[in-house]
Amino acid sequence: MTPSLRLRAAIVSIVLLAAFLGIWHLATRSTAPVATMSPEYAKLMGLTATQGKSAMPGPLDVGAKLWEHFKRPFYDNGPNDKGLGIQLAYSIARVGTGYLLAVLVAIPLGFLIGMSPLLSKALDPFIQVLKPISPLAWMPLALYTIKDSSVSAIFVIFICSIWPMLLNTVFGVASVRKEWINVARTLEVGTVRRAFTVILPAAAPTILTGMRISIGIAWLVIVAAEMLVGGTGIGYFVWNEWNNLSITNVIIAILLIGIVGMLLDQILARFTRMVTFPE
Amino acid sequence: MTGKFISIEGIAKRYPGAAGGTTAVFENLWLSMARGEFCCVIGHSGCGKTTVLNILAGLDAPSEGAVIVDGQAISGTSLDRAVIFQSHALLPWRTVLGNVAYAVTSKWRSWDRARVKAHAQSFIDLVGLTGSEHKRPSELSGGMKQRVGIARALSITPKIMLMDEPFSALDALTRGTLQDEVRRICLETGQTAFMITHDVDEAIYLADKIFLMTNGPGAVLAEVVENPLPKDRGRTDLHRHPLYYALRNHIIDFLVTRSKTFVAEKPDHDPRNVPLVHIGKPGLTIASGGEEARQTWIPGTSPGLSA
Repeated sequence: MTPSLRLRAAIVSIVLLAAFLGIWHLATRSTAPVATMSPEYAKLMGLTATQGKSAMPGPLDVGAKLWEHFKRPFYDNGPNDKGLGIQLAYSIARVGTGYLLAVLVAIPLGFLIGMSPLLSKALDPFIQVLKPISPLAWMPLALYTIKDSSVSAIFVIFICSIWPMLLNTVFGVASVRKEWINVARTLEVGTVRRAFTVILPAAAPTILTGMRISIGIAWLVIVAAEMLVGGTGIGYFVWNEWNNLSITNVIIAILLIGIVGMLLDQILARFTRMVTFPE
Repeated sequence: MTGKFISIEGIAKRYPGAAGGTTAVFENLWLSMARGEFCCVIGHSGCGKTTVLNILAGLDAPSEGAVIVDGQAISGTSLDRAVIFQSHALLPWRTVLGNVAYAVTSKWRSWDRARVKAHAQSFIDLVGLTGSEHKRPSELSGGMKQRVGIARALSITPKIMLMDEPFSALDALTRGTLQDEVRRICLETGQTAFMITHDVDEAIYLADKIFLMTNGPGAVLAEVVENPLPKDRGRTDLHRHPLYYALRNHIIDFLVTRSKTFVAEKPDHDPRNVPLVHIGKPGLTIASGGEEARQTWIPGTSPGLSA
């Protein structure tokens, strides 16, 4: 009996991971010749010079450092030395706030635009121009008008996550099956009740898909935004550790950004499944 | 039976055509139905059958003319006129019970949950879906979905039921059972019904009156054929009735040839007084003897030939 596809896929995944870690480990071994130097000088030069160790950390270094972070995720030793848990919490809070504000604006507005062909046509040129603007391009304008870097980062998240949600809501609302609308019409269902009992559930999968695209973009943008505004957050952490020349911490941050992004996407994917009903 | 429960009076439907002109699907169409009557419309695609039904439902407005239901001109849709859609149009996020209950709460907004549920349940039972009320449409077969559609339409106790080829998407066996159900329910409840069909046998089995429409554009209601078959007809022995083939041939003849030539042949056709055809009664020629002799019944085959 052949094992299930799931199991076989898992085995292949583990093999690939092991191969990747193995190659990584071999590539970063201590192979360079060791220079002889005075102990005082060697202390200043670090392991690269004294033991021929590669400047690039190996998987074991990263693992050890990661374990350290796991043991103390929430320590706070002042502005430039906070636990990874705190940094991630800052980033997630910023993304959450900006994203929720975008949801509150995009979905009702998308509903209105989707239900009104006039608004749809009138607002289309604005949306088409605003949509392709890189969210970071808004940053100077936000800093100038808001005068607060943290709020500016939230604004950037807001502006980048609004477009996919808005466009998907408009599309979802405008393309509700004519028959379902006709069912509501023949039952003399009023506009408000129709919006909530027919249009919203019918458009929900499309709206949720927009929300899923948005959360992905928001998580991409927050790293860049925090590198710019500084202070706190996982993006700032990456830049700060680069300045500290701690490649190990940079790699750990990259890994965590990926994992959190995946979790956010999975949460939205689950919500999408909850509102999607096959016919 | 009252004379005119539903009366379509001189309706027209025109669409803007090429070069600034208009194309009329039909002009000056008159049609009436009595209370409790089951009427079928037969005609080729594009003759405006669905448009007539949509106008009756209030989903579409006529370019001219009026529709009077129970003494009142209609404007827009109404809970008095229920529609059974060809594609069943169930809301996939609601269960069977939820779909029917949605219609019930739309009609009786002040009803509490228990009352709505009991009312909806009674109609689910009526169409034979007891036990499936908590399933979603995706878990149902095509026939069961259409049963839900029927239950939803009936649950609001409409004055008239409008059906746009409700069984055309179903397989022959399911279609047959559903025709039986619809006939049983309509006879039991005295429901007035208006149905569009392409299936001649379906019309003969279900309808009291069959409306024949010529080809569009510029379609006219050519004839109203009265069904001569007894009220207690059954689907399986329909074809044994002496007038069955006469009626069937009359309809098929119309669909095959006369639907195209009717307008040219009858320039004096008065749309307000459409001839009422009684099959098998004096004054009408029916199929010749030789033809009748050839039509022998072979057991196990469906007499069905759809247009």
